[in-house]
Amino acid sequence: MSAQILPFASPASACGSSHGECHDPRVADHPCYSKDAHHKYARLHLPVAPACNIQCNYCNRKYDCSNESRPGVVSEVLSPEEAARKVLAVADAIPQLSVVGIAGPGDAFANWPRTSATLRAVKKMLPALKLCLSSNGLNVAPHVGELAELGVDHVTLTINTLEPEIAARIYPWVFWEHKRWRGLEAAEILIREQWRAAAALTAAGVLVKINSVYIPGLNDDELPKISAKAAGMGVAIHNIMPLISDPAHGTHFGLSGQRAPSEEEIESVRARCAAHLPQMGHCHQCRADAVGMLGEDRGAEFAREHLDSLTLDAQAIAARHAAVQASLKAGGGQSWKIAVASADGQRIDQHFGHAEAFRIYESDGQSVKLVALRRTAAYCQGPSDCGDDDAALPKLVQSLADCAAILAVRIGHAPWKKLEQAGIQPVVEHAFASIEASVLAVAQKLLEQVQEAHTKRA
Amino acid sequence: MALSITDRCIDCWACMTVCPNAAIAHVEGLFVIDPQRCTECLGDYAAPQCASICPAEGAIENEWGEALNPPGSLTPAIAGAKES
Repeated sequence: MSAQILPFASPASACGSSHGECHDPRVADHPCYSKDAHHKYARLHLPVAPACNIQCNYCNRKYDCSNESRPGVVSEVLSPEEAARKVLAVADAIPQLSVVGIAGPGDAFANWPRTSATLRAVKKMLPALKLCLSSNGLNVAPHVGELAELGVDHVTLTINTLEPEIAARIYPWVFWEHKRWRGLEAAEILIREQWRAAAALTAAGVLVKINSVYIPGLNDDELPKISAKAAGMGVAIHNIMPLISDPAHGTHFGLSGQRAPSEEEIESVRARCAAHLPQMGHCHQCRADAVGMLGEDRGAEFAREHLDSLTLDAQAIAARHAAVQASLKAGGGQSWKIAVASADGQRIDQHFGHAEAFRIYESDGQSVKLVALRRTAAYCQGPSDCGDDDAALPKLVQSLADCAAILAVRIGHAPWKKLEQAGIQPVVEHAFASIEASVLAVAQKLLEQVQEAHTKRA
Repeated sequence: MALSITDRCIDCWACMTVCPNAAIAHVEGLFVIDPQRCTECLGDYAAPQCASICPAEGAIENEWGEALNPPGSLTPAIAGAKES
């Protein structure tokens, strides 16, 4: 079996927030917002907005390297027509595509005619798609009416401080009402417009996320204040992003030696912010032209030169896209983690209490993949104490908390009950059978349960 | 009188979005100002719009070859760094 063994827990538990989760129903199928959605749905960033109306000290617009994965970076700028074609090509290849966003490489609202033309074309072609935009907030408020009319449901505003003195150290200038402004004047305009945008968007029913770049030593104490103010305005979620300050990128912060925050600093500031607003813990700081599931970038497959040669049947793609989206919403496209007690790695050949490690598989009912090997202390030492409520048992059950089922040769009465209480289905009917076939059968059963539950609800 | 774009242009498109005379075109990957259409924004705005939004120092020049955004005018100074 060619599956890869990951040293730690599964990829799913490596992401997601340790703090307050956002329960807004509008985030449920958005791969960037919901930690449950980002293994299931795909997103596409369209690089149609090249111009920018601000300079940020963490951005160097000259930099464009396709090995880099970070915001503001893009390999080619598309016209609205080319972008619409790209959406169609991606929806054809990846029908799980649920979100199309415009995040630059400049600012979506500094290129409003291109941005709005793109949104219109995309929405007309594939109405099931969610549209989202990302901005510094400077030029958003005048377009909020049109956003609502276009059906844009998510806007991200990057806000790094409430204080003009601090903003002046992050932004050297802004372009506003036909003039370049600098220093404190620029900072005051920017902050005013950002909150005007946030208020107008939430009032119009648009989901608002605030991104903040954490620049240690500069805006540490600003971030909780931003969270508090945003919460009062109905903003849904706050995303603290670590500063990227590699000098090789040529940004002002990179060149002047401004350091990035440590993991501990990020965690600590997120905890402070979580007192006010749900925090996003799995942002991948994607490129402005990212394509695919979160964490992957299949942009190269859909580069302009490949797009030209494709024959795309818009009607057929739209029909299939609508069907796949509906099925995903109905609970299809889900996958489960299933634990297996096996010594030889081929068959289910161990008692639950004897296993010194559990093999963790992931399956959607169609394929099976080994995702982790979890070591554990075998809690049962022999028939004399088998089934006793040992202290090791709760720990063991806890270590399998993310699994939907556990497959073993035998499972004692006490652990059976504990597993069931933890929502993990104990399964012994596949004793000594092949792992792959058994995991597949269990996943298929889980899938049937979800589909039944959904039919009942509908 | 007209402005022009030099090879310090970083290809970001900002100038084209703000020109009141539609004088800027993207030709084979380069931005060029049509001298017949460029008015340097006289009569429209207090300052030429392309040069007011351009993020690249030295990318926009007047007819005497003077940069409207000379080196050091758009980025904060870095202590100890030499102007390139």
